[in-house]
Amino acid sequence: MSQSIDYSAFPNEEGHFGPYGGRFVSETLIYALDELQSIYSRLKDDPGFQAEFDKDMAHYVGRPSPLYLAERWTRELGGAQIYLKREDLNHTGAHKVNNTIGQALLAKFTGKSRVIAETGAGQHGVATATVAARLGLKCRVYMGAEDVKRQALNVYRMKLLGAEVFPVTSGSRTLKDAMNEAMRDWATNVDDTFYIIGTVAGPHPYPQLVRDFQSIIGREARRQSLEQAGRLPDALVACVGGGSNAIGLFHPFLTDESVKMYGVEAGGLGIETGKHAAPLNKGIPGVLHGNRTYLMEDENGQIIETHSVSAGLDYPGVGPEHSWLKDIGRVNYVVINDDEALAAFRKITKTEGIMPALESSHALAYVEKLAPTMSKDQIIIANLSGRGDKDILTVAGLDGITV
Amino acid sequence: MSRISQRLNQAKASGKKILVAYVVNGDPFPQATLPTLHAMVAQGVDVIELGVPFSDPMAEGPVIQKGHERALEHGTSLKGTLELVKQFRATNNTTPVVLMGYANPVERFGYSEFAKAAANAGVDGLLTVDLPPEEVVVLKAELDANGLDNIFLLAPTTTVERAKKIAAHASGFLYYVSLKGVTGAGHLDVDSVKSKLAEFGQLTDLPLCVGFGIKDPETAKAIAGLADGVVIGSVLVDKMGSQADKTAEEIAASVGAIISGIRNAIDTL
Ligand SMILES: Cc1ncc(COP(=O)(O)O)c(C=O)c1O
Repeated sequence: MSQSIDYSAFPNEEGHFGPYGGRFVSETLIYALDELQSIYSRLKDDPGFQAEFDKDMAHYVGRPSPLYLAERWTRELGGAQIYLKREDLNHTGAHKVNNTIGQALLAKFTGKSRVIAETGAGQHGVATATVAARLGLKCRVYMGAEDVKRQALNVYRMKLLGAEVFPVTSGSRTLKDAMNEAMRDWATNVDDTFYIIGTVAGPHPYPQLVRDFQSIIGREARRQSLEQAGRLPDALVACVGGGSNAIGLFHPFLTDESVKMYGVEAGGLGIETGKHAAPLNKGIPGVLHGNRTYLMEDENGQIIETHSVSAGLDYPGVGPEHSWLKDIGRVNYVVINDDEALAAFRKITKTEGIMPALESSHALAYVEKLAPTMSKDQIIIANLSGRGDKDILTVAGLDGITV
Repeated sequence: MSRISQRLNQAKASGKKILVAYVVNGDPFPQATLPTLHAMVAQGVDVIELGVPFSDPMAEGPVIQKGHERALEHGTSLKGTLELVKQFRATNNTTPVVLMGYANPVERFGYSEFAKAAANAGVDGLLTVDLPPEEVVVLKAELDANGLDNIFLLAPTTTVERAKKIAAHASGFLYYVSLKGVTGAGHLDVDSVKSKLAEFGQLTDLPLCVGFGIKDPETAKAIAGLADGVVIGSVLVDKMGSQADKTAEEIAASVGAIISGIRNAIDTL
């Protein structure tokens, strides 16, 4: 299957990963995408640009993030050794900032004075508001009205950072609708606005450039694994919403045949109930938000509402590269339900003194299943994509407690 | 010759401007659409652009978004839209009908199945907002094989190089998006439309129709003076949405009245 594939050759010029990806946008945006693509292909191998990115990663974000051996949890599960890639320790508390720093640098080179973003959990919105504050750019963040309610802390954080948070009341009032509204804003203000997309979805070249910026996770983890454990891991585990933290961890390992990979989708109340956010497990290929990919839709091709306890995974699509990696069999995509993720959230908090985001808790819940099936000399790296502070009110609410 | 070319040639021969009108199928309720289409034709619409509702209409402003939402609440589908065109054809075999919508419902239907079914139903063309020439290749082959026109958009941001390429793929007519933004936006600038049309007009023999942001007879007249035709949408959808509690006949009559105003304006250039 994957033996002879040159993964770095994807996407092709038109942005396709096999049948997925591409550029399904209205004509008005083509020019802006062409411009972005040409700037990115000029800068991505430019030593000056890379140096600036690396400098910000080191001194502003605080990278490299640690690769932490969770000894107590490992002992409890009694199987493979579990390492956590600590993206929760990044400035702003999640992997999202790796991408916003990169795109803000691109925005700086294009000379645009305004940035916009869509956000679900609010982590990408916060990360965008953060870089906008630092660069003195005007910033508007689109957020589904439902998410504004369930992520109140992050909404206020964005406002403190000087961003305008725009609640989106159309459609299902969640992340997908926020993305529609951001696209509309971009088409209207395309002359002075840079759209910072928060995951490896959207029209080409976004899935590529977001992947490239997030791949710092996997490059570090690979090096750290060799240094700390003296070998490559046997398995990688990451949650998949749009798929940016997962592709960031996976991509630098794709050619390492021995490394198995697990992308964990949100099973919500169970994929048999229809109330979930697991397009790779239960969807079919279609076109949304500028790319062809697996989607959750009805028999008429209308996108359907998703459900997950974690706002950051509550999205009916997924980055096109994941769709392709699924089809060619390089990555296994599995599901974890709300209750399993919540249990993992509590477990890791109490066992390791680390409070994971509910998104990341999906990955950790899968580790709970996977580790005991492996031997003690094997290694799992799980991406701890963000910290759980933003979710405290949600968890308290489930406990019937008002904080 | 296709119904579209036939009608556009007729207009040209008689020195008249082309009036294209957009409503969303099933909005504000399914029974309203058929009488509205007939009323539009009676008041002088040359080409019907029938919106196929989609859950995520990325290029629409708030007015047409709501039209899509209302139609979807009634379960309007692409299949149902083809049924409606069939009904329309029972009494009108001359007015061209172009379906306007988004890629995913067509993907789900299946390109080949859709092209056959659409041609059978009496559809004349397809405008898929999120299928630029690069991505439409496979679908276009099916449309071509079934005698359906592929209508493309040109935008203020389209370069001349690219416009040439698009014109080479297009048939029927070309749709110039008058402004950077979404349907129903309020910042149409007649002078910038004029200079862009002067550039694009050189590149093609196809008629150029202009839409997005034309809301009243005066603007329609100003734009019609520069182009082969105008496209009216948001004002009609807004009107229909505000009358959800009226009968289908009342809705049709009120839409007809708007059309008549626009028709008169562009006929008295
Ligand atoms: C902590 C965290 N992890 C994961 C995600 C999901 O996004 P992605 O799949 O792009 O990594 C989010 C999104 O908000 C997040 O905040």
